[in-house]
Amino acid sequence: MSRLPTFRKGGIHPHDYKELSCSAPVEELPCPDELIVPLSQHLGAPAKPLKVKGDSVIMGEKIGEAASFISADIHAPASGTIKEIRSITLANSVVCDAFVITVDKEAQPVTFEKQDYDALSKEEMLAIVKDMGVVGTGGATFPTNVKLMVPKGKHVQHLVINGVECEPYLTSDHRLMLEQSREVIEGILIAQRITEADTVIIGVENNKPDAVEMLKQTVKEMHVDITVMALEVKYPQGDEKQLLKATINREIPSGKLPLDVGAVVLNVGTAFAIYEAVAKRKPLIDRIVTVSGEAMTEKKNVRTPIGTTIGALIDFAGGFSSVPEKLVSGGPMMGFAFYDHATPVIKGTSGLLALSSRKKAPQTACIRCGKCIAVCPMGLQPTKLYRYIDNRRYEEAMQIDLMDCKECGCCAYTCPAQLPLVHAMKLGKRLGRK
Amino acid sequence: MEQNQVVTVSSSPHLKGTMSTSKIMWNVSLALLPAAMWGVYVFGFRALLIILISIASSVGFEYLLLKISKDASVQDGSAFLTGLLIGMNLPSGSSFIIPVLASAFAIFVVKWTFGGLGANWMNPALAGRVFVFFSFTNLMNTYPIPRTLISSTGDSVASATYLSSVKMAMSDQVLTQASGSQVLSHLGTATTGFAQQVSGLFASMGINLSPYTVDAFFGNISGSLGEVSAFLLLLGGIYMLVRKIITWHIPVSFLGSFILLAWAFGGLRNGNGLFSGEVLLPVFSGGLMLGAIFMATDMVTSPVTYRGMILYGVLIGFFTFLIRYYGSLPESVSLAIILVNIFVPAIDRYVKPRKFGEVIPPVKEKKEERA
Repeated sequence: MSRLPTFRKGGIHPHDYKELSCSAPVEELPCPDELIVPLSQHLGAPAKPLKVKGDSVIMGEKIGEAASFISADIHAPASGTIKEIRSITLANSVVCDAFVITVDKEAQPVTFEKQDYDALSKEEMLAIVKDMGVVGTGGATFPTNVKLMVPKGKHVQHLVINGVECEPYLTSDHRLMLEQSREVIEGILIAQRITEADTVIIGVENNKPDAVEMLKQTVKEMHVDITVMALEVKYPQGDEKQLLKATINREIPSGKLPLDVGAVVLNVGTAFAIYEAVAKRKPLIDRIVTVSGEAMTEKKNVRTPIGTTIGALIDFAGGFSSVPEKLVSGGPMMGFAFYDHATPVIKGTSGLLALSSRKKAPQTACIRCGKCIAVCPMGLQPTKLYRYIDNRRYEEAMQIDLMDCKECGCCAYTCPAQLPLVHAMKLGKRLGRK
Repeated sequence: MEQNQVVTVSSSPHLKGTMSTSKIMWNVSLALLPAAMWGVYVFGFRALLIILISIASSVGFEYLLLKISKDASVQDGSAFLTGLLIGMNLPSGSSFIIPVLASAFAIFVVKWTFGGLGANWMNPALAGRVFVFFSFTNLMNTYPIPRTLISSTGDSVASATYLSSVKMAMSDQVLTQASGSQVLSHLGTATTGFAQQVSGLFASMGINLSPYTVDAFFGNISGSLGEVSAFLLLLGGIYMLVRKIITWHIPVSFLGSFILLAWAFGGLRNGNGLFSGEVLLPVFSGGLMLGAIFMATDMVTSPVTYRGMILYGVLIGFFTFLIRYYGSLPESVSLAIILVNIFVPAIDRYVKPRKFGEVIPPVKEKKEERA
């Protein structure tokens, strides 16, 4: 067999720990008694609240409205009453207001039936995607309607669907592709109609051969023209820049977007959300969360209402089997460590990990091994950046493209001196901007 | 509830690779071990003493610094590695004070004064070796004969290395239009019976392989106690490659550029034409293998980018060739590496990895930049 396509520059091969949860079918989490629904679950401006304390809400009702072009609507994940609006801290340290909804267990359940959407125009479908609050579910949570809105004069050659899920531990996209491949592909076709893309490619890393097989099978059964591409396993292939290099062999220059190389990239979870929005008029009010990590009793993939607290998810997984060293929202490479069990699941929460403590080597001085440079997928020089930032020379760090760093963590993962490289990059970006 | 549990909150990534500074140092030391043991086998107990004294003094000096200034570390293994390398770079006949002086120079002057681990601009072990070589040239220039050769010469008195014998013969114009191997055989330099057999075997297949080359490859030659066995050094190099401690870039570009130059111009010195230089014997003798695999690849003093590493290797190969073939001293590899160490900050400044999504500027523009 010839070698599978992948991106060329840099990258690492961490153990993927997906065996912990990849064979656990998606379970429904019974709706908890209380939901905490933040107004900022997406990239861009927080939504404007449409409800006040004491108002009653119905499942799927819009309770927050996009406040600017890059922003997204927020919907009630369950019926109930607004207990209060209070300021909370999300796992990614964003502080924002959130609705606290007391769930009415007696309320008439709301169902979302499949409707015929063939007659809809692309503008109408785009409006529905916006109206249903769909954002990227891969983690960056960029408003999907903005992404699908192709500016005049631009032409989308490739719609690339991201089924890579390169973060270790995470299996939510994997299960979605296995269990709901038809819905995912319908969502992809809707996105293709909106963007008028010439071709569609689904990129899936080859550590999920069953998902590749399932998608190929479904594509065949549905008689649609979609290429399913198995990719060599390499982190961070799930980043859109690396994914486009791997699938269509194009590199997005610094500061540019996929559209500049004629492509739009969507996550499989996002494609599913688009399907639910357009075909069922169901807003993005739940998502699959991988609950895993060595310290978690049961490893599960859970369809979770947005606003569910982490504590409720941990209880659902049977609590901790041992004392975790870290609680991580998202994957272990780019996810956020947090501590508060009242932190809610939001639209971008792909995983909840309870990680056990690992053996750590002591930090030493940089020994100039250059391994960080070898693994940097962006062609940056982390060792040099670190040195500048450590000496508070942010200007110079900016000059050698600090802003191109996407904090994927390859450098810090590899560094034998155990230097906190990503931490320094984040710090440098923040302090350098001022 | 479990709210009282203490969890760590830190920046991503939350997974870490298994490589660490000390692991690198100990693995390099492990890779050196076979060659060091061979040195002890052929040069005897005194070689072991030299190595041990050198390691003990390096680690001791590092420990002293730890006590004085708190910014040194013994556990990371770098002082051990420096000591081991210094020992392997000395002839077994050295006086016992030599490794101590070399270690002191390496640890105090080269490493500590520049800021300790990671901050020195030249390889401490090499610097230590060169320091004692220039300070005690007489003591350092006599090399005992390996045990494996004694039976064939019947005499264990110190001799010159291949390189210095050839160099001397060249300047005395003992022979003209001869290769290194021919000079050695003219001088009556001894070989092992094993090497003669191997050489004979190759001759029967129509391949001309001098017995001196065979001896140099396996380590039956005079030299610094850790540099003689090219074979075991190569084995250590392969180990480091497999463990991903070094990459191929430096050794291959160093050896490659040296081999090319030796083949193309190496014959000129002996009055032969272009492209007639002897390759194998020069590569396997002297400190070339130890230098290319273990010294030039020292992370702290080599460039950080792959492109830089290749440029660095090519430059070392070039200077090694110049000093070995046209210099008056036999210290070619050490001096070449130290010389190119000086260029490393410049290489790192100007040789950059290609940025993702960057369009490579046309060649024309690059030329203008130079001018």
